[in-house]
Amino acid sequence: MQDLGIKVLFMGNNFWRLLGGLGITIKISLIAVAISIVLGIFMGMIMTVKNPVTKAVTRIYLEFVRIMPQLVLLFIVYFGATKTFGINLSGQLSAVIVFAFWGTAEMGDLVRSALISIPKHQYESGEAIGLTRIQLYRYIIIPQTLRRLIPLSINLATRMIKTTSLIVLIGVVEVMKVGQQIIEANRYTVPNSALWIYGTIFFMYFFTCWPISLVSSWLEKKWAN
Amino acid sequence: MYSEEKLLEIHNLVKDYGNGPILKGVSLDIHKGEVLVVIGPSGCGKSTLLRCMNGLESIKSGEILLDGNVITGNKTKWSEVRQKIGMVFQSYDLFPHMSVIDNILLGPVKVQKRDKKDVEKEAEILLERVGLLEKKNVYPRQLSGGQKQRVAIVRALIMHPEIMLFDEVTAALDPEMVREVLDVMLELAKNGSTMVIVTHEMQFARAVADRVVFLDGGEIVETDTPENFFTAPKTERAQKFLNTFTFDVK
Amino acid sequence: MDIDFMAEYAPMYAEAAKLTIGIGIIGIILSIAVGLICTIILHYKVPVLRNIVAVYRELSRNTPLLVQLFFLYFGLPKLGIIISSEACAVIGLTFLGGSYMAEAFRSGLEAIDKSQIESGLSIGLTNMQLMRYIVFPQALSISVPAICANVIFLIKETSVFSAVALADLMYVAKDLIGLYYKTDEALLMLVIAYLILLLPISLFASWLERRLRYAGFGN
Repeated sequence: MQDLGIKVLFMGNNFWRLLGGLGITIKISLIAVAISIVLGIFMGMIMTVKNPVTKAVTRIYLEFVRIMPQLVLLFIVYFGATKTFGINLSGQLSAVIVFAFWGTAEMGDLVRSALISIPKHQYESGEAIGLTRIQLYRYIIIPQTLRRLIPLSINLATRMIKTTSLIVLIGVVEVMKVGQQIIEANRYTVPNSALWIYGTIFFMYFFTCWPISLVSSWLEKKWAN
Repeated sequence: MYSEEKLLEIHNLVKDYGNGPILKGVSLDIHKGEVLVVIGPSGCGKSTLLRCMNGLESIKSGEILLDGNVITGNKTKWSEVRQKIGMVFQSYDLFPHMSVIDNILLGPVKVQKRDKKDVEKEAEILLERVGLLEKKNVYPRQLSGGQKQRVAIVRALIMHPEIMLFDEVTAALDPEMVREVLDVMLELAKNGSTMVIVTHEMQFARAVADRVVFLDGGEIVETDTPENFFTAPKTERAQKFLNTFTFDVK
Repeated sequence: MDIDFMAEYAPMYAEAAKLTIGIGIIGIILSIAVGLICTIILHYKVPVLRNIVAVYRELSRNTPLLVQLFFLYFGLPKLGIIISSEACAVIGLTFLGGSYMAEAFRSGLEAIDKSQIESGLSIGLTNMQLMRYIVFPQALSISVPAICANVIFLIKETSVFSAVALADLMYVAKDLIGLYYKTDEALLMLVIAYLILLLPISLFASWLERRLRYAGFGN
């Protein structure tokens, strides 16, 4: 019987090494998501300011981030910064910078649209029953904004995790790189390992992102008006 | 006055959404040229009754006949039947991606395969009659609610239906626009159209109806001429219902 | 900046851009086809097939394209299934794009009021006519902004094709950096190339969205 190479997964601590690689992917995504949320909230508020200059600048920023493939941004930061400024950024740091740069724009746009989606009469009826400014935001505006925002930002997190797979292409040792190393190391003993390794990585990503997607769509349904 | 000829017959109609019947065996004849007004409290089943008549709702038992032919069987070609039964809805539902004239032409040209030029001429005459000829080429979003509803009536009329169903057509309108729609319906009634009207406008009901049907709890409680019904309702339920429309300030 | 260098190698980028566009267009057309099929299956609740579509949708939306490509390009040959880089790229892009397109169509369909359908039925339209004259035109115009966003997204995603040895824009840039160490020039041209490809689509999409919003669909 032909050996399809599944045994490579159980040799030594190969499976754990893959999981460790996935951990690095997730770590980088989570750091970038955290930064994006914090900066994105500020960015979203800036985006609602009705000043032509800030409007133009934020628009260009958002448009650029939307158009440029994340891989191009990774190359610019990782290779470009090294060459131009002579600073040697590690792959991981470059990844965090790029994903935070991208995530801040996306998150900012989500915050902006959540903020402008609250109808004016919500503010007015809040004021009409005598709420102070702080109470108005505390009880009326922020809860409604969050309900729109949370499912979408969870979605952004899954996109971030998926996009983090790109960092193997700037040489960061994460799950794909570990996979490649395992395949290389067993090239002669288990020549068919690539199928199993890449299949496993495929489902590792799936089982990381899928539950998050489920939570997001569950929340979205639950909070739909 | 209407003729004795029965246009639409409903025999023992039962409709059930799964949590108790909404129509509990309704029987009703509509004669050629008759204007029948159905009134009753919210949730009594009057809209459902209307929607059963042109197959928008499936029925549990009973049957409906149009021109003596059963239309509630499995083999009914609803597309053909519906050409004979025009319907106007509460929410007008003009097609937003088409101009007024295209809304009106869609049925006659695509369904009935009539000549486009002829139909367009007829559409212009009808639009003129409802006072909207100058709106021929605008899109529904540029019309007021009352104007949309008048276009919706024209869209149904141009199919040359044998009977017209009106499902609370003024309920979504601003008060000042109700009249313009009711006037169009009054004129249709005068010209001998067969109509079934579900409405909450009691004065209009009294003015337009040949016969009033009072529906409550999924069954017909009372059927009478408008004079008798509005001045001397026979049942207590009808009296109670009519009382909700008057303010007695004591 | 070495302008002469950039001028000399611009044709290489143009060549690579052609490849990116070619595979992008094929992938997008197939994605739209897959998306439509999925939407029809889900809309008419076709038994069994709808379950397959549901599984496909989750797999496609919750895994990265790069991992899909590695599996296709390096994994499948071990089963004796050998697929060229171009075919891998098209399959991968379609697998990814199909579910996103289906989502765009679904949101368009769902935005159509039930009463629109009833009022179409009440003037005697058949089911096919209803689809053709009422449902499809409205659903499409509601979906257009989402479809445009997907087109941009899918063309962006083509940037990972270099990883399966396709000579796309990314590949050329990497090559030039490796061969001549002209990092700034290579990257600048890369950015310009993507701007030329995607900025028009993006501007068109936001113009269209404003127009549709002005059209004020819904009564």
